[in-house]
Amino acid sequence: MNGLAWMFGAVSLVGAGAVALADPVEDTLVLNGETEIVTRTAAPEHLDGVFDEVISGWLYREDETRVMQADDFDNPGMIFAELARDAWSVAEGSEGKSCADCHGEPEDMAEVRPHYPKWNEEAGEVRTLEMQINACREDQMGAEPWKYNGGDMVNMTALLSSVSRGLPVSVAIDGPAQSTWEQGKEMYYTRYGQLELACANCHEDNNGRMIRADHLSQGHINGFPTYRLKNTKLNAVQDRFKGCVRDTRAETFAPGSPEFVALELYVASRGNGLSVEGPSVRN
Amino acid sequence: MAEGVKPRVKVPSSAAAGEAITIKTLISHQMESGQRKDADGNTIPRSIINRFTCDFNGQNVVDVKMEPAISTNPYFEFQATVPEAGEFKFTWYDDDGSVYEETKEIAIG
Repeated sequence: MNGLAWMFGAVSLVGAGAVALADPVEDTLVLNGETEIVTRTAAPEHLDGVFDEVISGWLYREDETRVMQADDFDNPGMIFAELARDAWSVAEGSEGKSCADCHGEPEDMAEVRPHYPKWNEEAGEVRTLEMQINACREDQMGAEPWKYNGGDMVNMTALLSSVSRGLPVSVAIDGPAQSTWEQGKEMYYTRYGQLELACANCHEDNNGRMIRADHLSQGHINGFPTYRLKNTKLNAVQDRFKGCVRDTRAETFAPGSPEFVALELYVASRGNGLSVEGPSVRN
Repeated sequence: MAEGVKPRVKVPSSAAAGEAITIKTLISHQMESGQRKDADGNTIPRSIINRFTCDFNGQNVVDVKMEPAISTNPYFEFQATVPEAGEFKFTWYDDDGSVYEETKEIAIG
């Protein structure tokens, strides 16, 4: 009897905890009834002592939001990926070439998204997917580069993410990319703004809690670009960074700046092992 | 003329006779309400999908009148009972006179 009473006590305590905190739920994500998505996995080695397990932001969202992402018809982000699929085979620029002329089908690019940001030997820099797309446009197509986080660009990154869904994020953090990665790590733990908040203060120390009306996740970027219900459009990862830094009441870095590229590499590496989810649905 | 309009429908490829199936439809459309003004203060003319219908083998399933307050990319999900094999026909009517159509076959079994 005593044992039973104790058990009830414990259960109600856990219940209260789940309401007050905003812990991730237990759920599995299968896209269109076929593609299994890894939303929880062992943390990469470099996060030893920080997290045992890395958890996708999908598990921090409400039931309705999670369901939307599980079906491509219901995922509004896929409308934008489809627009990019149309653009994929449109020839542009002085060379008269389209993406399809060199790369074939978007599906042939499945191995691309999981490894970006990535060191580019020729350019001697770490490149995000956006930078690589613009390098293609300028050097191969002779076309005008797209605005770093403009509509065309976000749509194209959504398309390239969508064909990689289910593959594990796996960005290289050693070799020539290491110094950029170190710079990103430094930024992650640096307090910015009048509120003196580092990325780690929210996403490492307080994930699973509420920040005002929103859930704090571990802050992985495997789901970007993300369709947000609050602004009904696709949001690029560096725009999210900008929003976060702005929320600390700091002057932010510009999307596409070397600082955000370094931060993107570091944050991506924290999610190594999670499946690519973009375009995901979040609130 | 509305740009980038693309209808999409999702219908199961087969059903049991008499089964109620779920149909999802979406048409990408900017659904300009006619209430907004451009940078110069001129009213942006209304341009919406004003009617959506679904028919099965010539028999009407739903017929929806749509108004300017409906959001961009209107999405409809509804159920239909399938008595026999046949064809669903979906039709969207645009303010500009365009008619967008889509059909889906469904088998019994």
